[in-house]
Amino acid sequence: MNLSMTLMLQLCVILPALATLVIVVTGSKPNLRETMTICFGLMLFYCVINLYHGVIAGESINAFWWELLPGLQLSFSVEPLGILFALIASFLWLVTTVYAIGYMRSHHEKNQTRFYACFAIAIAAVMGIAFAGNLFTLFIFYEVLTLSTYPLVTHAGTEKAKKGGRIYLGILIGTSVLFFLLAIVITWFVAGTLDFKHGGIFDSNIDTTLVGALLVLFVFGVGKAAIMPFHRWLPAAMVAPTPVSALLHAVAVVKAGVFTILKICVFIFGIDLLAILPTTQFLLYLAGASVLLASLVAMRQDNLKARLAYSTVSQLGYVTIGALLATSSGVIGSSMHIAMHAFGKITLFFCAGAILVAAHKSKISEMRGLGRQMPLTMIAFFIASMSIIGLPPTGGTWSKWYLLMGTLETEQFVIMVVLMLSSLLNIAYLLPIPFHAFFPNILTKNEQGAGGSIANVQIKEAPLASLIAIGIATLGCLILFIYPHPLYELTTTILETQEITYGK
Amino acid sequence: MLVHLPILQVLVPLMAAPLCLVLNRSKMVWLFALFTSVLAFLISCLLLQQVIDSGTITYELGGWDAPWGIEYRIDKLNAFLLLIITAISTVVLLAAQTSIKKEIPKDKQSLFYILFLLSLTGMLGIVATGDAFNVFVFLEISSLSAYALIALSRDRRALWASYQYLIMGTIGATFILIGIGLMYQMTGTLNMEDLSKRLPELEQTRTVFTAFAFVIVGVCLKLALFPLHLWLPNAYAYAPSIVTAFFAATATKVAIYLLIRFTYSVFGLSFSFTSLPLQIIFMILGLLGIFVASTAAIYQTNIKHLFAYSSIAQIGYMIVGFSISTVTGLTATLLHLFNHALMKGALFLALGAVMYRIGGVQISQFQGIGKQMPLTMAAIVIGGLSLIGVPLTVGFVSKWYLLVALIESDLWLIAVLVLLGSLLAVIYVWRVVEIAYFRPVLLGGETVKEAPLSFLFPIWILVFANIYFGIDTRLSVQVAEAAAQSLFGISGSGVSL
Repeated sequence: MNLSMTLMLQLCVILPALATLVIVVTGSKPNLRETMTICFGLMLFYCVINLYHGVIAGESINAFWWELLPGLQLSFSVEPLGILFALIASFLWLVTTVYAIGYMRSHHEKNQTRFYACFAIAIAAVMGIAFAGNLFTLFIFYEVLTLSTYPLVTHAGTEKAKKGGRIYLGILIGTSVLFFLLAIVITWFVAGTLDFKHGGIFDSNIDTTLVGALLVLFVFGVGKAAIMPFHRWLPAAMVAPTPVSALLHAVAVVKAGVFTILKICVFIFGIDLLAILPTTQFLLYLAGASVLLASLVAMRQDNLKARLAYSTVSQLGYVTIGALLATSSGVIGSSMHIAMHAFGKITLFFCAGAILVAAHKSKISEMRGLGRQMPLTMIAFFIASMSIIGLPPTGGTWSKWYLLMGTLETEQFVIMVVLMLSSLLNIAYLLPIPFHAFFPNILTKNEQGAGGSIANVQIKEAPLASLIAIGIATLGCLILFIYPHPLYELTTTILETQEITYGK
Repeated sequence: MLVHLPILQVLVPLMAAPLCLVLNRSKMVWLFALFTSVLAFLISCLLLQQVIDSGTITYELGGWDAPWGIEYRIDKLNAFLLLIITAISTVVLLAAQTSIKKEIPKDKQSLFYILFLLSLTGMLGIVATGDAFNVFVFLEISSLSAYALIALSRDRRALWASYQYLIMGTIGATFILIGIGLMYQMTGTLNMEDLSKRLPELEQTRTVFTAFAFVIVGVCLKLALFPLHLWLPNAYAYAPSIVTAFFAATATKVAIYLLIRFTYSVFGLSFSFTSLPLQIIFMILGLLGIFVASTAAIYQTNIKHLFAYSSIAQIGYMIVGFSISTVTGLTATLLHLFNHALMKGALFLALGAVMYRIGGVQISQFQGIGKQMPLTMAAIVIGGLSLIGVPLTVGFVSKWYLLVALIESDLWLIAVLVLLGSLLAVIYVWRVVEIAYFRPVLLGGETVKEAPLSFLFPIWILVFANIYFGIDTRLSVQVAEAAAQSLFGISGSGVSL
């Protein structure tokens, strides 16, 4: 049984890579190409589910590929946090593919084969990140992810796309080379290993100033976590087609960033060491500032995708805060928020794409009264907004609950206030959109005529495939509220295993 | 036969060169030159194998004992370099016949192969010999044929570039000769091994200092260390593409080999790095080279110029690794020798393919190539990524070692600067990428096709080598490490900052 688990683990990385090949080969027949993508998506999801059961059963699953440099191996191992991330990414890859079929065709996008192929490479990289057995492996796949998403960001090939791509690549490569790689080399030099280990890899008598500086390097270096001031790439990446923004810039890429931070905090530093580092407090405030500022900026955006992008920056700050709180509730809240935000944000982006395809609107100010034309989309938008804000009956409630618990436990009251304030801001920038869409005339008495002429509009929703995807993602938000147990169990095992190690 | 390998390594191309005259038909000459190069490559493989198995090989020319006669001495360091040079020359020659068809006048094509083989002989000789004067002789053989090779180009600017190179190269060679002369005056020997034993006794004499200064400056001119690099960009840009690919991948490497050989083996570590502030000088020049040349690369409009400046920057990295003067630092330099040869070989060959199809390598001519020549352009992208140092390419391996070496010696700031320098590479590589993929095809250029197979095959050999040796680093890392260790072993004490 264990052997086949090892095989499953390797398949998780190999399958999407293989899918790339198949997609390129079948590129001339769109139907076949997309069927194959979905088939590979299903197989991948099946593998991840199996791994999930394996981890729940307490198996330890490892795979070793080869030694790249002496002492630096390309190896994979499965632990609950990675499984969580892989589950989300592989499931949402399926959903997004369904969505993309509808979106890309009705939007008449060019180079669709390149689109699906790069998408599959990106997923392979995400799986590599999720299951990386050491920091070195993680870094390699991190860079692969950056490069494979560049053609997706610049898909349109316009001047604007080129500019967006420059910022995207500039910030992500820049931070990863300048800070992340440097931090890895220093860690390698100081600790002598880069393996992820429960409780961290540093000696107990290590110089906390040095390690504190390392933490800063790591947090800045993982530019994908979009902590201010290194967040500019995320709004810039919004020139990409919407399925890309949805999966990569709401789920895969940014989640790879916060996942990396979480993983480094828990498995490189260890939360005990993290709590006593001199720079943790500074980084907490920085992440807090990032949460608040990004929310404020989001309020001022009129382009829906830009607003969602800034909202993502803000929400990523939550995950980073949770990791830096260095308590069990913080880590649970963080890892749950990875899942909750993924479902919420992907729904929102799906809706944004649907609006673009069906109504050709990208500005929020133009969306007044759109609820009559696209009722389903707008209802989904409303539910997903609730999840982002953290209101029942949606999944977002739980993660915010645990994050707040974490701030209380550690008596980080400033951070607690920041989280609350930001939730209020979320309400202010998300809810008006569905609200005005359904009730264009309320609250705008003095702006006569703004929504006057939309009396008899016919229902015209997005293509069916896209609609199905929106439905699935929205259901996800709701189900995660009613039935969060598997998620909760998984996130608590991250810490349980850790406590066992501490006991020894 | 196996005993004679060290001399055969040099002799085979040397003898083959005049034979080319007999064959005279361009295609036959090409096949013959290719065959010679393959033979040289096989010899270098055998030599490396022998050195790894049974240690340093010495070979006495004509049976004369070492201090009197000329000695060929193959240790891990030069076996490694012989392998790089012959491998690159073989791959490059694969594309030669197609490339020179358009770039070199028909009546001079067989001349090209003769000069190519002579140049190869010179480089192999410099590396293989253990005699200081012999170094100068082979240096002249390789340089003179290099000047002629560059001047063969149809582009008339090549004449001027070749002339510049001739002047600078001659100054460099003369400096080296003066240095060797002074050493001979003091010690009465030209054998490197012998020199390394006798020089420490005379360490404090001014003549030895002068000799050292002359040799180092001369070598630095040859390796185009900033600020002695002025001859390089034009020479690379206007030479026939094949020549550029060959020289960019090998010529400067040979000069770096000389630098290492003279400082580590002949003068010895303690003299080179303790008595003189060589470390700081080289560190600063290396860093300046990285930044000045990378910045200059960003502003070039001729892509060959761009990558020529990038070569100067990459030499800066090697010099930084060299100046740390620890085993890891030297390992990083040697690794980068190998890795950079692969990158630049691939890049300049790909540029040769572009030259073949489009007739120029101005950045404006790259518009829309991404669509027209997808495989060639993909090779340039991968070569560029390797240059940047992206994981899973060879560039990452050498960057990693350089960083580890810097951090080992507590040179944090330098480590940050080195990383910043590699970000400049992102900028100049991406300039090419953006033009090639985001601009529409030029008017009238719609008929451009993908490069012929004779180009694609060698280009992709090198591209795969870039990836393969970025993943399976056993050969390059082990040999480089062993060579670095033996250099420190020879000189006894390991000096650190």
